[in-house]
Parts: sequence; C-alpha cells; structure tokens
Amino acid sequence: MSLPTDRQYTNTHEWVRADGDVLVVGISDPAQEQLGDLVFVGDVSVGATLKQGQTAGVVESVKAASDIYAPVDGEIVEFNQALEDNPNLINETPYDAWIFKIKPAQAGAPQGLLDAAGYQAVVDAG
Amino acid sequence: MSASLKHTPLAQTHIAAGARMVDFGGWDMPLAYGSQIEEHHAVRQDAGMFDVSHMQNVEVTGPAARAYLRRLVANDVNKLTVPGKALYSCMLNPQGGVIDDLIIYFFAEDTWRVVVNAGTAPKDVAWMRRVAQAEGFDVTITPRTDLAMIAVQGPNARAKVWSARPDWQAPSAPLAPFNAVQLADDVLVARTGYTGEDGFEIVLPAAHAVTLWQDLVAAGVRPCGLGARDTLRLEAGMNLYGQDMDELTLPAEAGLTWTVGLKDAERQFIGRDALAAFSLPVTFLGLKLSERGVMRSHMTVHTPHGTGETTSGTMSPTLGVSIAFARLPQGVAPGDSVEIDIRGKRVPAVVCKLPFVRNGKAVELT
Repeated sequence: MSLPTDRQYTNTHEWVRADGDVLVVGISDPAQEQLGDLVFVGDVSVGATLKQGQTAGVVESVKAASDIYAPVDGEIVEFNQALEDNPNLINETPYDAWIFKIKPAQAGAPQGLLDAAGYQAVVDAG
Repeated sequence: MSASLKHTPLAQTHIAAGARMVDFGGWDMPLAYGSQIEEHHAVRQDAGMFDVSHMQNVEVTGPAARAYLRRLVANDVNKLTVPGKALYSCMLNPQGGVIDDLIIYFFAEDTWRVVVNAGTAPKDVAWMRRVAQAEGFDVTITPRTDLAMIAVQGPNARAKVWSARPDWQAPSAPLAPFNAVQLADDVLVARTGYTGEDGFEIVLPAAHAVTLWQDLVAAGVRPCGLGARDTLRLEAGMNLYGQDMDELTLPAEAGLTWTVGLKDAERQFIGRDALAAFSLPVTFLGLKLSERGVMRSHMTVHTPHGTGETTSGTMSPTLGVSIAFARLPQGVAPGDSVEIDIRGKRVPAVVCKLPFVRNGKAVELT
C-alpha cells in the first residue's frame, strides 16, 4: 500500500492529518502490519497537555504493547471511542481509524514532521 | 533469511508463504502467516499446524535407561510401562530449579526418547551427559539433529493427517491421549500437543518435512505461527520455559507440583532433597482481567495477602478478555478479586484455576 500524501508522518510511525484547528493522529499501515492483530487501544487522556514526543496512549497487539506519541506540543481533545470495542479497525483501515485528536499549542504548520516520501525512507530503513 | 540464526527444514516454506519471521531462541521461526487470531481460531475450531522442528529430540538408549531417567527427572518414568506412552516432567538441578520441562516417550527398556525445548537444548544435552557419566549409568545420549517435527492440532487435526497420510491411520487411530507410535521410515506419531486441543505431534526425517507440510496444507490444515501457539498454550494453562519457570523456579512455584513424582520414597531424583527442604509461600494461578486492557509478563499483582507477579499474559482470542498466569502470595484463592498494575494503573482482575480453555470451550473453574 502506498502512503497517503494528504498527511504527514513521524519517525515513530504515527500519521498526522490537519482537520480545522486540530490534528488527527493514527498509526501507519506499516506500523499496524508490524504489530499484528490489535486487541487494545487506549490510555488516551482527553484534556492532557503533552509535549511533542510524550506518550499519548498505547496500542496493543496480541503479542506486544506499543506507545503512541504526541506529534506536536498540544492538548488531547478527543479519543476515538470506536476503537474501544473494535481495535482491529486499525488493522483494517489504518488511515481512516484515527486514535486521537490534538490541538497544537502553536498555530501554523506543525514542525518536525515527515512527508510521505520522508516517512517511506524511514520504513525502508527498517 | 537471517544468516546468524538457525533454520528448520521448513524455513523456506514459511518465507514463501509470506510468514513474518522472528528470532525465537536463536531460531528463525514464523510468528504468523497472516492474522494470528485467525490462526488461533483455526486450531480451536478446525485444524492448524506448527513447525516445531526447533525442539530437540534426544534418544536415550542402553540397559540402564530407566534407572537413569528415574534419577534424571522429577516425574517418575516408572509410570511408563506400555510402549509408546509419554510423560511430562521437569528436569531439576540439585537446588530444585527447573533446567527444562520435557516429554519422555517409552518404547522399550533400552529405547526412550526425550523431547526438550529449543533454546535450552545444548544445556540439556550437556547436563544429561554429565549426569550419565558422573554417576556411571550405562546409557547413550543421542541428539537427533536429522529430524523435523510438525504439530497438527485441533478437533479435525487427526482426520486431516489421515487424509494426507492414509497409511498412518490404522496404526495411529487407536492411540489414547499422551501415547505415541513409531512407524516405518523413522516417523513418530504422538497424540500430544501444546494447545489444549486434540491432535498429533509428528516427528519425521528432515528431508520429508516439506512434503508432509504441503500435503497437510492441501488437506486443509492451516499453517500457524508462534504467536498463535503462545495464545493457545496460555488458554490451555500450559507453561512456557524461560517465562513461567527457569532454573531459579521450583516446580511448585510454577504450578508444576503435579509433575513431581514423590510416591516412591526411595527414588532419589536430582533436586528431591532441595524440594523437601524449601517451601516458598507462593501459589501459581490464573487471572482474568475484568476490564479492557492486556496483561503481560512481570506485571505486579496487588492482593489482600501481599503482592505477586504475572509470568505470562495475553489477550485470549477465545474468551475475549486478557488472561495471565501469576505467582501469588499463599492464601490467594480462585474467585478472589485482585488488581493488576498495567502501565501505572490498577485494573481489577479475578483469580481463577487453570486452564482457561480446553477442547474449544471456556473452562469455568472459579
């Protein structure tokens, strides 16, 4: 699957899509494939103020738990409740199944993110 | 293929089938071929198979074989009198710690086979030889590195094996659970497994492994990886060496008291004196998480009797909740409410007996 170009990515395999004044965050297709069947998504604290790179929640497959990180400084404003009962939505449609929304502390384009080509290079480097 | 890892005769077959390969105890093994949960359900509901060729078959032959094995392992091989019968046991060090857990097959007074874990095989064989030499037993220890092993498990496993190998049906159909039969061409068919389901574990020459695997695929047996093997064995309440017990663990601390043969007071197996001398105040039980989340190994368990620790944990595909094994303070009993520290949050769980699942169905033992 080629990477959608309508969004940006992190070194830690989150995708980030702007939606009005918030950023919508999920995990990439290579990331969900690496994790395998997801069985739990959570520990996302709505209202929490995080620095870029801080743990924002967790995705767990049958085998392992993996942290997900805040892509920018900001406040978590929403968690995708649909994932509570169906964490496997991330396996099925990783680019639709967003995990949380974050309101950036600073206005303007988010800094320090990768475009699709840049993230592809991260994936290829393994 | 990774060059530094060891490969079973089926490694190329797994890679060609698109398996995700992982390093398991120095072996390049399939984690899953696609969905690990679908592989799990295939074993519970139909038939799946695992490449377990990394496990080591060791022949123990010679006139002193029975006396030697009665000394070497904690369970008593005098329970084995009918050729083909198998016994699960721990091999203990003199301090009572578990060197490995293994299965012993009896074929004749001078012909036995021991199947040990992959990661511990070199250490096991060295220990087995040391005991034989140091104590003067007239036995020969022969690791069979020329063999492959395929576990076919599930309610339809035996029928599908027979459809792939009709010649094997007559000799293997009468096998009761935990019995095996040796066939022509160095084939061993055992009605054993590590999933809580019916099925066979088949040992055969490495050169024949790929053909059997492909014939089983054609017969409708789904290839399954180590991921499903782990969730299946956890649901079935079966321990994993290195995770649930090791050389610092006594059998009683890993729920394995039932495998220690104490009936014959005269039998001086290695570790016996230590087991008699120590009594640690712990119990080994199951946990079912009452809320969302996943228990893993080495999580702290808070109980009214003090704290304990999980040794293995996962999400149970059959039950739809997280399950775990735990070493808990004595006094904790099935039905008790406890709390698990999951990433800094205390999540309620219920203590239960093992297993969680047997023959496709949830076991309600609490």
